[in-house]
Amino acid sequence: MLGRIATMSLGRFMLVYASPAVIFAAVAMLLYQGLSLDPRVIPSVMIDKPVPTFDLPPVANHTAGLSSADLHKGQVVLVNVFASWCVSCRVEHPLLLELKRQGVLPVYGIAYKDNPKDSAAWLAQLGDPYSRTGADVSGRVGIDFGVYGVPESYLIGKDGRIAYKQIGPITPDDLQNKILPLARKLGGQG
Amino acid sequence: MIAETGHFAMILALAVALVQGTLPLVGAQRNHLPWMAMAGPAALAQCLLAAIAFFSLMTAHIVSDFSVLNVVQNSHSAKPMLYKVAGVWGNHEGSLLLWIFILTVYGAAVALFGRNLPAGLRARVLAVQAWIAIGFLLFTLLTSNPFVRVDPAPADGQGLNPLLQDPGLAFHPPFLYLGYVGFSMAFAFAIAALIEGRVDPAWARWVRPWTLVAWCFLTTGIAMGSWWAYYTLGWGGWWYWDPVENASFMPWLAGTALLHSAIVVEKRDSLKSWTILLAILTFTLSLLGTFLVRSGVLTSVHAFASDPARGIFILAFLVLVVGGSLVLFAVRAPTLQSGGLFAPLSREGALVLNNLLLATACGTVLLGTLYPLLLDAITGEKVSVGPPFFNAVFIPLMVPLIGALAIGPLLAWKRGDLAGAIGRLKAAFAFAAIMALGTWWWLSNGPLLAVLGMALVGWLAVGVLVELAERLRLFRVPLAESWARARHLPRATYGMSIAHFGVALVVLGIAASGTWQSDYLGVLKPGQTVTVGPYDFTLQSVGPVPGPNYQAMRGTFLVSRDGQPVAVMQPETRRYPVPPMDTTSSALRATPIADLYAVIGEPDGKGGYAARLYHKPLVSWIWLGAMVMVLGGLVSLSDRRHRVGAPSRRKGALAGAAVEAARA
Repeated sequence: MLGRIATMSLGRFMLVYASPAVIFAAVAMLLYQGLSLDPRVIPSVMIDKPVPTFDLPPVANHTAGLSSADLHKGQVVLVNVFASWCVSCRVEHPLLLELKRQGVLPVYGIAYKDNPKDSAAWLAQLGDPYSRTGADVSGRVGIDFGVYGVPESYLIGKDGRIAYKQIGPITPDDLQNKILPLARKLGGQG
Repeated sequence: MIAETGHFAMILALAVALVQGTLPLVGAQRNHLPWMAMAGPAALAQCLLAAIAFFSLMTAHIVSDFSVLNVVQNSHSAKPMLYKVAGVWGNHEGSLLLWIFILTVYGAAVALFGRNLPAGLRARVLAVQAWIAIGFLLFTLLTSNPFVRVDPAPADGQGLNPLLQDPGLAFHPPFLYLGYVGFSMAFAFAIAALIEGRVDPAWARWVRPWTLVAWCFLTTGIAMGSWWAYYTLGWGGWWYWDPVENASFMPWLAGTALLHSAIVVEKRDSLKSWTILLAILTFTLSLLGTFLVRSGVLTSVHAFASDPARGIFILAFLVLVVGGSLVLFAVRAPTLQSGGLFAPLSREGALVLNNLLLATACGTVLLGTLYPLLLDAITGEKVSVGPPFFNAVFIPLMVPLIGALAIGPLLAWKRGDLAGAIGRLKAAFAFAAIMALGTWWWLSNGPLLAVLGMALVGWLAVGVLVELAERLRLFRVPLAESWARARHLPRATYGMSIAHFGVALVVLGIAASGTWQSDYLGVLKPGQTVTVGPYDFTLQSVGPVPGPNYQAMRGTFLVSRDGQPVAVMQPETRRYPVPPMDTTSSALRATPIADLYAVIGEPDGKGGYAARLYHKPLVSWIWLGAMVMVLGGLVSLSDRRHRVGAPSRRKGALAGAAVEAARA
């Protein structure tokens, strides 16, 4: 093709010259499509699986720790994985406080790879939306849940199975259109 | 105050760029000299303003001004000074500012050293440059302003990703950008030529050195990135076919093709429209790299914090710039007068083969990079395309390329004599056979790829020497005459030989390190000894060591060979408190013969530690070879023909100045 381009006479094979533009248009459309897709959304293998077995102590100054038994009490709950060093956690935090105020869905917290004192100070400063907290200092429980970044949230059904996984901060839109409807469907109080 | 100065300078630079992008262009169309002449001073003013903006941000980082959001998010007061400076471009906003600054430095270089360019071409080139600058300035000002303040200012920053706190990485992005942005010069010249409807050897003589400068920087940048991945990530590999690595590799492949096709335009006045297309594509791929890294379309270890609004903006910019130029190409390219004809077997033919193979390689890398996106868009299925795909398609393309690399330079222009060329390569053929048989014997039926790789090394290295000897008529005329020929041979010829020899060294490093590597992966207790290759590694002790802004656990290995101590190696695992992150710091003992490489990992709780030990023969030649290629490029740049007629004598100094500026 190169030789042809080199020796082609005027006006012939105009299509050859237009083809780069056409191919580029197709690639650009693909890239546009790509913008609305999120490659980070990877279907979690934990969906519909029972929560892993664990027993975590509470973060400093809190009374109730968190264990897998707490998730098998026939209640729909939201387990939120957070850390005091996590910036995005601050973003979703007011939403969790609002959730607690409304009392529609219990929220349990797992402080992921965080010093329990730091977690406690963080909760004291920003408000505590969690009815139970677990200090996962080593990150072991997080690994069992399949956490690969904070914040992440898991909606647990009455049967103690993971029904939904939220990667990244919860937005009001996620809450109203995904999490709460699903919680209602699972038969929670919401 | 300093942040506002920088912000204001950026806005002024945008205003200047708007003038530079319009008046000279109109002036060139109407042959109005004063308007055309505005391009030069405008380019200089823009460079000055971009420098003010860039150094304002750098000052904010150096003094740890935590009232600037960018500093808060990417710096920390306890960070060593080197990384405070490097932190300027270790983030999305700052790296864009660096990009703009480099772009304007190139523009200023055309204004300063391009005085003998035809006035119309110079005006148009600078106008096109200005439009690229406008796009990036708007992008930065509208979506990614690095000068945003925070109130109240926090007491300290959030720190820089510890993986990026490495001297090798500190200078990797500036080199990469000098390469990427450097291809904007070839692009600007290509668009200017399309507007004028004229491409001639003089044009190619202008484009080639700029492409060569960009290519040298990009090669250096990629080699540095690969070297960084090799010794910091602790995986022992040196290339991962990560989308962002590919994003820098694609413009390199296209740029290498451009470098070769521009020779044909310069010497033979042929392959014009193809060369123009390559110039456009090379810069397109540079922009595409920017898009992929910053839009969050693909996942990668390199991805900056992504934001769909930014993605839309870059995509729109990409469509405007690339779509516009490809439409211009479709309209104007058919009118380009084609020059000399040539037979398929000729120097031109060999260069076309080079271009075909490089362009195909570039296309396959593009396909592999975008395939996960394509599949996700069509079926919603998530896949990642990894080394197996790339190795399977890339190696079969590189083998004939390297095979032909030894032959091409021996062919004459217009009509070459293949049999004669191969006849002259008898020595290379013999050497390749010896290397292949030697490898075969040593490995006793080892992998075919290793045998092939070593044969190619012998073929290419000796082929390059044969070609040089042919030019000097070495051993066929008296030595004195050969010496006289050697002194009169153009530097570009030496540059070519050196660069091609560098390729042989890179292949040597890749083939040998892959074939003869030995390793140990397992748990070691202090006092235990393992044998890796010809060396014995004894883990002497493991203990905590404080670092400037991290806590390290350091293992000490005593390395010996035949009972003689050779080295003490101390790999570390580092734990950074802000942001919390563990990194491995491998210990490396690099020699031209072989690298020893040690990584220490997690304790197993029973007194042992996970350890990885490697012995990698000749692996350094991958990067040394790349540097030899760059050296070839620099020697070629110093060629007389780039200095005579074109006042680019100070180009070396200029490139140096650009590096200095980027480092400062």
